[in-house]
Amino acid sequence: MAGATLPDPACILSISALTRQVREVLEGRFPALWVGGEISNVSRATSGHLYLTLKDSSAVLSAVLYRGVGFRLRFEPKTGMQVIVRGRLSVYDQQGKYQFCIEEIHPKGIGALELALQQLREKLERKGYFDPRRKKRLPAYPRTIALVTSPSGAAVRDVLETLGRRWPVATVVVVPVRVQGDGAASEIATAIGVLNRLHAAGQLCMDAMIVGRGGGSLEDLWAFNEEPVADAIFASRIPVISAVGHETDVTISDLVADHRALTPSRAATDLTPERDVMLATLVDFNCRLREQVLRRLDQSRQRIIDIADRRVFRSPLDRVHDLERRLDELDERLGRAADAPLERARQRVVALAGRLESLSPLNVLTRGYSLTRTPDGHVVQDVATVRPGDLLHTRLARGEVVSRVEDVRPTQEMP
Amino acid sequence: MTDTPSFETALADIEKILRALEDGTTTLEEGLAQYERGVGLLKLCYAQLQDAEKRISVLAGLDGAGKPVLQPFDHAASDARSAEAPRRPNRPGTKDSSRLY
Repeated sequence: MAGATLPDPACILSISALTRQVREVLEGRFPALWVGGEISNVSRATSGHLYLTLKDSSAVLSAVLYRGVGFRLRFEPKTGMQVIVRGRLSVYDQQGKYQFCIEEIHPKGIGALELALQQLREKLERKGYFDPRRKKRLPAYPRTIALVTSPSGAAVRDVLETLGRRWPVATVVVVPVRVQGDGAASEIATAIGVLNRLHAAGQLCMDAMIVGRGGGSLEDLWAFNEEPVADAIFASRIPVISAVGHETDVTISDLVADHRALTPSRAATDLTPERDVMLATLVDFNCRLREQVLRRLDQSRQRIIDIADRRVFRSPLDRVHDLERRLDELDERLGRAADAPLERARQRVVALAGRLESLSPLNVLTRGYSLTRTPDGHVVQDVATVRPGDLLHTRLARGEVVSRVEDVRPTQEMP
Repeated sequence: MTDTPSFETALADIEKILRALEDGTTTLEEGLAQYERGVGLLKLCYAQLQDAEKRISVLAGLDGAGKPVLQPFDHAASDARSAEAPRRPNRPGTKDSSRLY
């Protein structure tokens, strides 16, 4: 044979030309469309592009999600996952293949947000972020409280109102951040980091911080489900209360935080004692302290009575004087206190001081007793402490006798 | 650390003093000294609780040296622009003085 009849060279297509035509047909015939299937293979290139193979029971489709498509991937696509993708077919010239260019990808059956939440939760759980053993104790009486939230939402108002009512003694620093939308998570995370840095540097010390916002949809609350916020809370040395207003869903920040409050105002309640309760506690302490000291004074009064009834003084007079002086001091100090319970107690102490005065050993001296001391002030109770020749000062009801010891004669102790 | 004990420490100390006094094991001298200390701590606690002037500020930013810049916080004034309002137009580059970043 002379050979097959070859077509006119003008009719022979180059590979590029054919491919271009295939591309035109494919891309023209299959513009934007939705496709559902299972991910059978997935890899993320260093370029940031995500390559997937989608399949069903009898066919496979190569797909790619280019970085910079503008779609925010909320979850991590994994092998075996059922997904729905939106995109268009395209031809990859160099490989002679067609592929599906993904513009959106959604998990099937479960919302992307729920899936992302589930995935992040599992990841952080493995990293020990939710471990109750690493949760910090909240301060019992916080003096300084930081509030990381929107400066204009209901949350900031609720927290400030609650703090003002319960615990107005705290200094509050509002750290304004956006609490929803792109960039909110990084603002919240940065704010937590800045607070910790200022705290560590001693420039703005905080006893605790409340991080949160009012209620909203899962989408609205999303910033509190993002990893940067979780990382910042986990790293915080300042105890963190997460307060994202919602009843049913738990956010990641709730799980990582040292304490979770259902609403911002509940966070304020959980964080602080009530000032009025604390004032009542102080009044109670005050009364108990006074009861104790009055009991003591009563006991000493009884001792003075006992001593006065005996032939020999057993207690040094200077102790009684000392007691009297201290009562005077207490009296004066209590006089300066304005509170009613303090005033009442002061009056009790004054009355007691009066009673003590009536029992003063000076009164006993008028009954003929005297008090003998050594020159250095020690009350002589036992002849063993003096020797012939020692100087003695004897206090009488009126005046003092200075004498020198001639002789000492021990007697038997009277029972 | 300052010389003034914190509210929490002061309360704990008062409780300790009360326990000691109520045990009745202290001498009169010690008891009186403890009492006086207790009264001093109580006054300190009272003073802290009485100091209830509202101090609310906003961390407006950091100065050149990285030190905090605090301004008085006025919630009513900031109500005008609601950061929590849905679909708030995104205005990159908009000057916002109360924003930290």
